[in-house]
Amino acid sequence: MSNAFVYVTYIRTTPDKLWRALTDNTFMRLYWLGCEGQSDWQPGSPWRLVNREGQVMDTGEVLEAAPPFRLVLKWRNEFRPELNAEGYSRCAFEIEPLVDTGIVKLSITHTMEQEGGAKFIQAVSGGWPLILSNLKSLLETGEVLAASKAQFDTRAVG
Amino acid sequence: MTDDDAVFRALADGSRRQLLDRLRARDGQTLGQLCQGLAMTRQAVAKHLAILEEANLVAWHRQGREKLHFINPVPIHQIARRWVTQFDQPRLDALAALKERLEAPGTTDDIE
Repeated sequence: MSNAFVYVTYIRTTPDKLWRALTDNTFMRLYWLGCEGQSDWQPGSPWRLVNREGQVMDTGEVLEAAPPFRLVLKWRNEFRPELNAEGYSRCAFEIEPLVDTGIVKLSITHTMEQEGGAKFIQAVSGGWPLILSNLKSLLETGEVLAASKAQFDTRAVG
Repeated sequence: MTDDDAVFRALADGSRRQLLDRLRARDGQTLGQLCQGLAMTRQAVAKHLAILEEANLVAWHRQGREKLHFINPVPIHQIARRWVTQFDQPRLDALAALKERLEAPGTTDDIE
């Protein structure tokens, strides 16, 4: 089993809008299954993901922030002991506009800092396709195909 | 480039589906690793990978000198969402699990 994944999606939007979508906690709740990322998004600042009940799901640190093109987070699960034990991962968001198309490429590369960590990677990778579909749909049409609480519980992110 | 046509075209080939299966089993492989044990030439595998990349079904990430390939399930998820609603999902999961169980070798005896 691998301890990394790369997900890519193409969204009809601008880098600025996509950056805001990734860093605005109110907007984030609309596509991130009710969760929001809390941080001031400055390199070195703490970062945490909180679910709609206020429970802290994941924590970490902003490693790099170059708006609107690159955001790198240090990331560790906080609510499942077996995932927490696997230590920190590194999640890089890369935003790349395709010239003259009005389309932006979003790549998410999530890797473990140490060997192992396959359980964590499996857990987070399960949630991303849904979150990315929501994000794409929200930016392109203004609507999101709402995820149910049950889906959220079974595919919990991190 | 990212449209559904490219995804369906890429999936309409057994060799390319086999490459996706191999990445599903072990994600993050080099071209050399993907070629191991396959009855295809390295050139053929590289060509199929390029078609899968163009359809955004395979993404890659450079680790040192190696180019690692990853299955990218996002386009398939989007296609599924187009026709499958969240209300269908639990029933479809149950059906898929039933089919897998019935078709798995040597397990049919357990089912009454």
